Amino acid sequence: MNAVAAWFRQLYQTTGINLPIIYDPFDRARFLRGLDMTIELSVITILASIVIGIVGAWLQGSRLVWTRRIMQGYIQVFRNTPPLVQLYFFYFGLSALLPLRKTSYGTTAPLIGGFAWVCISLSFFAGAFNVEIFRSGIEAVPRSTREAAEALGYSRLKAYIHVILPLAFRVCLPALNNNLVNLIKTTTLAYAVAVPELLYVSAQIWSDDTNVPEMMVVLLIIYVGLVGLLVYIMHKVEHALRMPGYSRV
Amino acid sequence: MEVLHRSAFRMPPAHLAPVPPVRLRAWFGLVLIALIVLPAAFADAAATTAGRAGIFATLARWTPLLLRGFGFNILISFVAMTIGTALGAFLGIGLISLSRPIRQVSWTLTQFFRNAPWLVLLFFAMFMLPFQLRIGGLLIPLPDWMKAVIGLSLPVMANVGEIVRGAVLSIPSGQWEAAESLAFSRHQQIWTIILPQCVKRMLPPWMNLYAILTMSTVLASIVGVNEVMTLAGQVEAAEGGRTDLLAPLYGWILLWFFLYSYPIARLTLWLERRYHVEI
Repeated sequence: MNAVAAWFRQLYQTTGINLPIIYDPFDRARFLRGLDMTIELSVITILASIVIGIVGAWLQGSRLVWTRRIMQGYIQVFRNTPPLVQLYFFYFGLSALLPLRKTSYGTTAPLIGGFAWVCISLSFFAGAFNVEIFRSGIEAVPRSTREAAEALGYSRLKAYIHVILPLAFRVCLPALNNNLVNLIKTTTLAYAVAVPELLYVSAQIWSDDTNVPEMMVVLLIIYVGLVGLLVYIMHKVEHALRMPGYSRV
Repeated sequence: MEVLHRSAFRMPPAHLAPVPPVRLRAWFGLVLIALIVLPAAFADAAATTAGRAGIFATLARWTPLLLRGFGFNILISFVAMTIGTALGAFLGIGLISLSRPIRQVSWTLTQFFRNAPWLVLLFFAMFMLPFQLRIGGLLIPLPDWMKAVIGLSLPVMANVGEIVRGAVLSIPSGQWEAAESLAFSRHQQIWTIILPQCVKRMLPPWMNLYAILTMSTVLASIVGVNEVMTLAGQVEAAEGGRTDLLAPLYGWILLWFFLYSYPIARLTLWLERRYHVEI
């Protein structure tokens, strides 16, 4: 480790390529914390948005017309407005209307912090897309399968959980994949509300060390890597869930 | 007995059949807005005193300024879309080029700009571009908003490239062969025969991309361009940092974006259905 650090210090002295995130322990620690925060944000929002998608798609199949209308309204509002404005609306607007809580130091703090608001707003944003994606998958389930489930006496919820969703999930995996990739990229919005994720700590580092080009390249490589990792995992999932007779590739 | 017999053999309701998708109507939105605004208006009127203007009055006072900011967002989206589409068309043709190196370079460019977050690309353009360009003896200043436009047009370019490639691949190979047999050159085949047929297929995803771009123009506020979100922050500060103003202010801007992009989304859906080809 020391040899690597020494090499990068040497690189800086000889070529001017400054990568303190490798040789400086302080910068390295905060950069890794930022990376960790980005991964945490991504995992939480991915899982929450999938849950919202599954529940929303079920509600969209409801017999009650107003349930469907409200779901449709939620989807259209969140799909057709900028995620950054949504985040500001939640973080600044709604947060101001909520009561404050006492911290252990005796000061007051908002009831829901920046990290939580980012998770909430991004989950709802991506969730709106996921509902549509799951619905398209549900529509692709063959009619005969539905009728078979009905003939076996499944209730609507049971049929959704045991028959329709497992089939729909497989059909809509590619579209879901696409949306989740977008979601990882959207976690950079947390920068705007000072959640110390990857972009935020990188901005701190390039302000301290004036090494914008190097940090930019590092950032782009890491995001491409994270997206690549997600795509790899999703391919594994797709492969593991593949049904005989349904393989389209 | 008769009754029992019939009920025992009655078909259960077809509760698993898919329900028809709902169409939202304009009056739903109006009802929703009325439900939010009316109670708020009463609460606001009750809270309004001589020294403290009501929220609605404050919003109305700043709306012209904010609308100008919103217009700037739309302008940014137009310019970025134009540049991105022009560059993306060439990138798309590069993606289907017969020469392997060109294909590989185009592929790398596309993947790079498609997989990087928009905000990071925006920072990239902000910090990496000079504040003025010298071409020959001509000095072209590059103000912040111009850099933001360039930063936003990079991902647009990559996405348009993919759209072009997808559309070209969806053209039946018979078209290529027919063009070839009529002795059109490769250049003529692409520009006069294949691409004109692609326009119809490219339109819906292209409009979708435009909607996404419009949503992303607010990112320019993070890098310091004076558009609607920056102005909203300034309005908030000018009103003395009133926290009760924030939710209505951002809600108001959300509504504008919705009114701008929802019709585009509906039109896209309509076009998609219209040009849908059953294979």
